[in-house]
Amino acid sequence: MIELEQVSYGYGAGTLLSEISLKLAPGSFHFLTGPSGAGKTTLMKLCYGELIASKGRVTLFERDARQLTRDDVAQVRRRIGVVHQDCQFLDHLDVAENVALPLTVSGRSLSDESELEDLLAWVGLSRQRAAKPPELSGGERQRAALARAVIMSPDVILADEPTGNVDWDMSLRLLKLLVELNRMGKTILIATHDMNLIRSAKAQVQARVLRIANKTVQHAGADL
Amino acid sequence: MNARLSKLLHFVAGDAQADRVVPPTGYTARLTVFAAASMAFLAVFALALSLATGRLADRWGEALAKSSTIRISAPADQMDAQVLAVTEVLATTPGVKEARPLSQDEQRALLEPWFGPDLPLDQLPIPRLVEVIEDEEGIDAEGLKARLAGEAPGAVLDDHARWREPLVRAANRLRQLGFVAIVLIAALAAVVITLAASAALSANEQVIRVLRLVGARDNYIARAFVRRYTLRALSGAIVGTLLGSLAVFLLPPAGDQASFLTGLGFKGWQWLWPLAIPPLAALVAFLATGQAAKTVLQEKR
Ligand SMILES: Nc1ncnc2c1ncn2[C@@H]1O[C@H](COP(=O)(O)OP(=O)(O)O)[C@@H](O)[C@H]1O
Ligand SMILES: [Mg+2]
Repeated sequence: MIELEQVSYGYGAGTLLSEISLKLAPGSFHFLTGPSGAGKTTLMKLCYGELIASKGRVTLFERDARQLTRDDVAQVRRRIGVVHQDCQFLDHLDVAENVALPLTVSGRSLSDESELEDLLAWVGLSRQRAAKPPELSGGERQRAALARAVIMSPDVILADEPTGNVDWDMSLRLLKLLVELNRMGKTILIATHDMNLIRSAKAQVQARVLRIANKTVQHAGADL
Repeated sequence: MNARLSKLLHFVAGDAQADRVVPPTGYTARLTVFAAASMAFLAVFALALSLATGRLADRWGEALAKSSTIRISAPADQMDAQVLAVTEVLATTPGVKEARPLSQDEQRALLEPWFGPDLPLDQLPIPRLVEVIEDEEGIDAEGLKARLAGEAPGAVLDDHARWREPLVRAANRLRQLGFVAIVLIAALAAVVITLAASAALSANEQVIRVLRLVGARDNYIARAFVRRYTLRALSGAIVGTLLGSLAVFLLPPAGDQASFLTGLGFKGWQWLWPLAIPPLAALVAFLATGQAAKTVLQEKR
């Protein structure tokens, strides 16, 4: 689905990521770790066409990311659900509208209103459906972002530090949702530096761990 | 054609959900509506000015283009000779397209309203009239007068319409200025709306980023803004046009006199002209915002 071959990237002069190769096979579950500032977010952006590699080749759904037009990128985003590190919402719309936003902008609507209710219930936000994003807690924002990421039933879900500023119980709850999605066949990539979360996940699914170190990605073994 | 029409209808009817995607910006919204209303109001007056001066120029121009008249007063025995002399002078005067002495019948017809049908014209010392039709160039009135004085002392050139010539020119110029004003107003509207739309787009950088992240195409984002500004310009222009038309309508009534100030306004079907202002304003807004959106979205790559 998503494949990086010898990909390098740097903001301005220096290189941040160098000659990275990785492949997200359909249905796989990956963690991406590394210290803060290692380039996890940057790598994710390469994976959904927000950034274009300075060297190497990124293939998104069998297409070279470099060749994609703006409209193609928009199309790709509909197949990749992204939970951003700083969950960005439209503050003038309520939670339900924000969750349904990917549908709205693609000119589609839910075949059934109850699907949205089900989705909100699944992430535990039924009561907050009419709230505005600024009224939400950190955990609620993360869950709303997850709901928004999956509403288009994307093939791939990229979650950038989804448990960044939530407590442990909430982290486990979010992880459970992502594991459920993986069981439904979705390809999952989670960026995190929370080792406990990774251990917890490994008890539930077959998860692989990618570690960014020295500008490149190492496939960490079972040494966690 | 049909597809285009349904596209247009779809655009006007809009997608309520898509509109909500762009946050309401009360302040620039009100400014845009106000600007559109003011411009439409001014445009109505510019239009009224153009049309009124146009009418004036046409009317006065017609009077000018018509004939001048040469009036010959002479004792009965010299009359025919003088008429002949005048005709000969006119035949060699540059600017004369046609010169023709009026026949007795024609003169009788002219006088009939005053003296009745039984006027014994041949027995009365009535001056003879020669109608002069000028060509494009026109005649040199002073030169002709001088020549007539030499050749036919009884002949007087009546060029009463001539004093209007500079007025006709002024009226024509005024009509042109009116149109220039309309064009300028349209351009100004485009500028104001472009500025407002660009400002709104720039202020909504965050919104644009979020929309892109969830897979919105540039077209979709642009349309949300364009539609909003087009509708604002349209509604503002409707209000401005109505108020402007009302103000013109309430101007003191014009007499039949072609006096300039009282003649300002629309006559008959001309009242349809202001109807063109709101759609035109909407079109200007549509194009201007479209361009602004394209530019801003291109920059925020
Ligand atoms: N838009 C940007 N322009 C310049 N430098 C950036 C930009 N985004 C991130 N960086 C830098 O790149 C490095 C990696 O950032 P990031 O990918 O966000 O790391 P991580 O997500 O692993 O914390 C950091 O040093 C950060 O300062
Ligand atoms: Mg990050």
